[in-house]
Amino acid sequence: MSQKNRLASGGRVDRAKALNFSYNGRQYPGFEGDTVASALLANGVDIVGRSFKYSRPRGIIAAGAEEPNAVLQVGSTEATQVPNVRATQQSLFNGLVCSATNGWPNADLDLMGYVGKVGGRMMPPGFYYKTFMYPQSLWETYEKFIRKAAGLGRSSTERDPDMYDKVNHHCDLMIVGAGPAGLAAALVAARSGARVILADEQSEFGGSLLDTRETLNGRPAAEWVATVVAELKQHPEVLLLPRSTVNGYHDHNFLTIHERCTDHLGDQAPAGQVRQRMHRVRANQVVLATGAHERPLVFGNNDVPGCMQAAAVSTYINRYAVVPGKELVLMTTNDHAYQAALDWHDAGRKVVAIVDTRQNPKGDRIDAARSRGLKIIAGSGVIEVQGSKRVTGVSIAPLNAAGDALAGSVERLSCDTVASSGGWSPVIHLSCHTGSRPEWRDDVIGFVPGKTVQKQHCAGGINGTYGLKAVLEEGARAGAAACEAAGFGDAAKGISLPLAEKVREGKAMALFHIPHTKPTSRAPKQFVDYQNDVTAAGIELATREGFESIEHVKRYTAMGFGTDQGKLGNINGMAVAAKSLNQTIPQTGTTIFRPNYTPVTFGAVAGRDCGALFDVNRFSAMHKWHVANGALFEDVGQWKRPWYFPQGGETMQQALDRECKATRESVGILDASTLGKIDIQGKDAREFLARVYTNAWAKLPVGKCRYGLMCGEDGMVFDDGVTSCLADNHFLMTTTTGGAARVLEWLELYHQTEWPELEVYFSSVTDHWATMTISGPNARKLLSELTDLDLDRDTFKFMDWRQGDVAGVPARVFRISFTGELSYEINVQANYGLHVWEKLFEHGAKYNLTPYGTETMHVLRAEKGFIIAGQDTDGSVTPIDLGMSWCVSNTKPFSYIGKRGMAREDCVRTDRKHLVGLKTRDPKVVIPEGAQAVNDPKQPIPMTMLGHVTSSYYSANLGHSVAMGFVRNGHNRMGETVFYPLADGRVIEAEICNPVFLDPKGERQNV
Amino acid sequence: MFYIYCPHCGEHREEEEFHAKGQAHLARPLDPDNCTDHEWGEYLYMRKNPRGLHHEIWIHATGCRKFFNMTRDTVSYEIKEVYKIGERPSVVAAS
Ligand SMILES: [Zn+2]
Repeated sequence: MSQKNRLASGGRVDRAKALNFSYNGRQYPGFEGDTVASALLANGVDIVGRSFKYSRPRGIIAAGAEEPNAVLQVGSTEATQVPNVRATQQSLFNGLVCSATNGWPNADLDLMGYVGKVGGRMMPPGFYYKTFMYPQSLWETYEKFIRKAAGLGRSSTERDPDMYDKVNHHCDLMIVGAGPAGLAAALVAARSGARVILADEQSEFGGSLLDTRETLNGRPAAEWVATVVAELKQHPEVLLLPRSTVNGYHDHNFLTIHERCTDHLGDQAPAGQVRQRMHRVRANQVVLATGAHERPLVFGNNDVPGCMQAAAVSTYINRYAVVPGKELVLMTTNDHAYQAALDWHDAGRKVVAIVDTRQNPKGDRIDAARSRGLKIIAGSGVIEVQGSKRVTGVSIAPLNAAGDALAGSVERLSCDTVASSGGWSPVIHLSCHTGSRPEWRDDVIGFVPGKTVQKQHCAGGINGTYGLKAVLEEGARAGAAACEAAGFGDAAKGISLPLAEKVREGKAMALFHIPHTKPTSRAPKQFVDYQNDVTAAGIELATREGFESIEHVKRYTAMGFGTDQGKLGNINGMAVAAKSLNQTIPQTGTTIFRPNYTPVTFGAVAGRDCGALFDVNRFSAMHKWHVANGALFEDVGQWKRPWYFPQGGETMQQALDRECKATRESVGILDASTLGKIDIQGKDAREFLARVYTNAWAKLPVGKCRYGLMCGEDGMVFDDGVTSCLADNHFLMTTTTGGAARVLEWLELYHQTEWPELEVYFSSVTDHWATMTISGPNARKLLSELTDLDLDRDTFKFMDWRQGDVAGVPARVFRISFTGELSYEINVQANYGLHVWEKLFEHGAKYNLTPYGTETMHVLRAEKGFIIAGQDTDGSVTPIDLGMSWCVSNTKPFSYIGKRGMAREDCVRTDRKHLVGLKTRDPKVVIPEGAQAVNDPKQPIPMTMLGHVTSSYYSANLGHSVAMGFVRNGHNRMGETVFYPLADGRVIEAEICNPVFLDPKGERQNV
Repeated sequence: MFYIYCPHCGEHREEEEFHAKGQAHLARPLDPDNCTDHEWGEYLYMRKNPRGLHHEIWIHATGCRKFFNMTRDTVSYEIKEVYKIGERPSVVAAS
């Protein structure tokens, strides 16, 4: 099949390597070295999508990252779908499958076009603004319609088969962009010995030198590029990253680079290779050599396929050997764009006319055009394009000297391509990412990077410097300055730059928006932002409606939104707004860009942090046993804790009932290894405990344990646990599983910032110990078979701990209880954990030793009215609210953390929400946790809510449900009834009671 | 993402190793029980939210686990200095 727009020779494509690809279901040929965009143009494909709002046919405008229209869906299988791929940035490979994302059912035959015409009226400028101001329900109505019409691309519904990666770097110089400025900077830096990273978004280094016809040292510029790249490769400290977009520039010289390692090879990475890699770079110095984007002009119907950037025309001809049309009209405000006409002519196609908005253009390129006999129409502009699916002609008219009004009659020219250039916009995006406000320069006719606090150097087009000689010099200077700042001395010495041609250029004209015979509001649509369908008329409307700040105009019109981020449109939009408001562009505001520069895949963001590696998993020493014994697991923080151990076909409730009963009737065992454990030592350890716990610690003797509550300075409970006195200057604190890290940091905070004079040291020992709690009337009998410890009830009392051997290994045994039963918490070095656990089961079979998990633990403790910090507390309850005044000292000499807070006016009210027990009228009914108590279920909604249920279970031991919850003034309402109206219409009636449902005297644990 | 010099470790490390813990130099009143509710409320809840220089406490959480102070510009995110607990800042806002 022919590539009708492909030249027979020239370009950087390899004609020996023919490739086939599919676009919208049709097969096309191309060559290695093509982008999808250049291959589409080579095959004469004009339409690559439909516009967002008006559903107008759209073609390729640009040749790089700034392309707003050719945003494709790529992928030959469901699993490899990638949305938002710019055709101009996707290298062609054999078998590539892509389609337009806009347009339905496809871009050529677009049924949405009809709807789009409705949509245009339905979605006037300010549509988003107005929609979001309405009730949300309206947005839901619109959203489906918009998604369908806009075709925003879609992600795969299957698992991504590829591997992605992340890598961290530290370097002396990060150079962004490998055009002439970046290469010159890199050369200087590499020779200085600095560690350099050079990244460029394109498939090969060279930037504008890949498509220029200017020479260096009298030879094609690409030859110099090859020489430089070859040298850079020899420097061991230089990392070269082609196909790598620096997408974000963050604080303190931190940059993120999105490298597409294999996207040019196929849909899926070759086996064992990483598809994309995110580089996270901390750079000492940054050199931004990001160049500039050509700014198209704003004129009537300037979105018809065939309208392009002038520079893109040159790029397609010179780099890809593709001439994207037959008859060209060029409109320009500057000399540089003449190159497009020269290239077009030299490629053997017809230049209909060069329409120059300046009255009297002068310069080398103008002379070159004249010498080729090209027709130059000075002091004129293209006011309107004819055609719908492709340009068929233009209307041109003379302009006044300022370019803001027509100065003569309209003439029509026939052509199929309109190239336009309003000058260049420096690519300042990265500089903006760190908060630097760009500055307008009249001589550049654009924004350049403003003041920054980053260690940032700029060179070349980003500074508005465009002449090749000056660009090379600036690059070398920036490289040298960055090297010097990074401590690599006088790097610029001995660098000789290649000799660039001298090109005389005339002054460019600051013109953005070409006037029409009709006022803007009635003229054919003049597009400013193609991707968001923002027109000059829309911006004028915004200013008329009173949106005078450019930030407001942008939000009103959606200009600069989406994946485009205003690369082509922002400055033209500001110019239109400024003209409408009768002020200058800098008066209208500035333009700001945010990360990311171009879309980044989630794969690259996630890297290997997905699936099993998404987060850390922590396992206790007995985990294997739990798995082997059929445990189901619950995530508690990063821990995998056994939840319950179902047997046979048991339901969850059946398993819990069995576990609860076995524990209270004989003996159960819980893996409690995950509880936080903090080893506290030092001569002031005891004093420190007294300051952070609400109860007394001064007299706790060695060998004893005590329960403690920890509050914040506001008097609210935030953690609890048992702390044991190991030696006079040595304590072991336990915390909740989830609170371990927070409590340690809390202790350190107070020690380091408030009481550094106290001699105390904290160390996390959670992972050092395996902890197993045996609980139940037969716990003593079982343990006595395995230990040398004297377990006599009067020698080893409740709330004692002892050091001894259990199952032949050294153990700390704590006689503490979270079930209310006779309990021993056995702590052994973690590596012995499984051994001791298995020994306990060897001996425990005759006692029906039953393993239980977190759920039975919850039921058993709830039967006893024991709280769980974080479940029965939420940061707004004091110990008094919990009914735990027994755990609060008023006599400690030091005003401990929480004491003053608890004494605040609001905390001493007697009618706060109190934690109480709740006994349902129907004993079988379990109130859902979170249910809200009310006094009168017949009260009209909204009812007066008294507090919520925090813990609620069915107790097999008691034969009825048990619950705890907050009820306003609950401690003073014992025996009264409250109601729990549920979402399903049921109302549960419950009696306020003491939360200790079982063994209120605590006899069972004192046997 | 910040690049933070830990004055205890004597090295620059990535922000991921640190936590910010809020405003620095908020000494706990020496005699809380004699503070009025208003005074205690000021200590508990009232924080500065300056545009510009701010003194903050940070902890090198996954490093040396030590707290330190930082003077940071809340507009530019520049870290002007880090200094140990108990020391006073040398970079302060013009009053
Ligand atoms: Zn440190």
